[in-house]
Amino acid sequence: MSAPAAGAAKRVLAKGNEAICHGAIAAGCRFYYGYPITPQNDIPEYMAAHMAEHGGAFLQAESEVATINMILGTSSTGNRVMTSSSGPGISLMQEGLSFMVGSQLPAVIVNISRSGPGLGGIAPSQGDYFQATKVAGHGDAHLICLAPHSVQEMYSLTMLAFDLADKYRNPAMILGDAIIGQMKEPYDPVPYVPAVPDKPWALTGARGRAARHIKSMFLKDGEIEVHNWKLRDKFRKIREEEVRFEPYMLDGAKIGIVAFGTAARVAKTSIQSARKEGIEVGMLRPITLFPFPEEQVRDMASGVQKVLVVEMNTGQMVEDVRRSTPHHERIHFFGKPCAVPTPDEILEQIRLLAGRKG
Amino acid sequence: MTKDIIMAGFGGQGILMIGNLLALTAMEEGKNVTYLPSYGVEMRGGTANCTVIISDEEIGSPVVWRPGSLVIMNGPSLERFLPNLQPGGELVINSSLVDARKVDRTDVRLFQVAADEIARNKIGSRQMASMIALGAYVALSGVVGLETLIGCLPKVISKKYERFIPLNVNALKEGAALAGIHA
Repeated sequence: MSAPAAGAAKRVLAKGNEAICHGAIAAGCRFYYGYPITPQNDIPEYMAAHMAEHGGAFLQAESEVATINMILGTSSTGNRVMTSSSGPGISLMQEGLSFMVGSQLPAVIVNISRSGPGLGGIAPSQGDYFQATKVAGHGDAHLICLAPHSVQEMYSLTMLAFDLADKYRNPAMILGDAIIGQMKEPYDPVPYVPAVPDKPWALTGARGRAARHIKSMFLKDGEIEVHNWKLRDKFRKIREEEVRFEPYMLDGAKIGIVAFGTAARVAKTSIQSARKEGIEVGMLRPITLFPFPEEQVRDMASGVQKVLVVEMNTGQMVEDVRRSTPHHERIHFFGKPCAVPTPDEILEQIRLLAGRKG
Repeated sequence: MTKDIIMAGFGGQGILMIGNLLALTAMEEGKNVTYLPSYGVEMRGGTANCTVIISDEEIGSPVVWRPGSLVIMNGPSLERFLPNLQPGGELVINSSLVDARKVDRTDVRLFQVAADEIARNKIGSRQMASMIALGAYVALSGVVGLETLIGCLPKVISKKYERFIPLNVNALKEGAALAGIHA
């Protein structure tokens, strides 16, 4: 399926992975490099077929290690650039990501995650939460991390990821999974509102001006410490200004679910069923995983009797929920590693918390 | 109203094609819809299935464990999916390849269509079997309009194969007619 024309009002039926490509191209990304891995191959397939017609370049690298260094190079010229991969490939990119955070270089990295550890399997999973939200390789480095739960968000959050990456000069990750990548759904191809800042740091050829340097190595006395504090201030600003979340049927809720991505999507079905049974349950869905909606989780947790964290792993985001609220005794966890929980399974957990028999 | 349908058969029978067509038609009619292809370690000649959910409301889970409707194109798919069909659910089977005696439930609405035979003998191409089944399902369920469905065919059939569109139209109409709607 071709990308929708700019300004098209009609909805488009597309795979989540394709919508990422549409969003990236609409946001002005003209460089894509990658290496194949399931379940994200629709992305390089689309980019290989369509980048050239937009005057851009697609390149299949020899490995993910090469890919991320190509991304670093293109980003340093001030151009918007993207790659995509899945768990094992993202692991290989960690060194380059750390270099990019240190060098303050923007890019969008898509992780359509699969089951791990190791080669794991290709089943949908949210097991990469820690990797996506806590680190960017070594050093005191973070990625901005966005978690779409619909094809619409695969499109629009990809645009946002480019804007945030440029705004903060830091790599931004889209964290999806096999379900959200493979499913088709209509989305509204909202035109991109240009938000590309000037890039006075970009390497564009030094003729007629002073040379610029982009680097992550700072060896002079005290220099690296200063650099780390500067990055800390930047991450603090991101935490203060860029939190995004969706409150879902939280009015009057006595049970508050916290879930993201596909798990949140399934939880919506369970919440609708539970509400029909008279159980007052709602959900706070983090859209940004870094920055995590700490204040919103804190407020929600103080207003409900019980909090249910649902994840497609053995318990990762639940740690962020715990540190966001003092009401640890209210927090319950339901995990389904490397599988999609059924609406009935989540409903059963809701009923148990509500004191109802299944 | 929400309708969830699992369509299943052999790889190559056109299962993903009819799922796509149904999803696109639902979108054209202004409905919310999700389409999820079978996902796993699949191979040519293996099984293929997809899930389509059509609703007037926001769709939560795109994965369905207890479908309201089934379109079953081969025997193994019947064994796999029939136990989870909701009571009162619609079950369209391709009786050319599926033994109707294996439908061991009386609480479902069974509709048999000899899709492969009709495709070969009446439409002129065995590949049209899944379109016949889809036509029958749409007529039975009323989930989308037959005319919209036919109108969407050119959007799912690539330019390279557009000469086959009339065959597909005939197949959809034939299936619908068998299920009681004459277009």
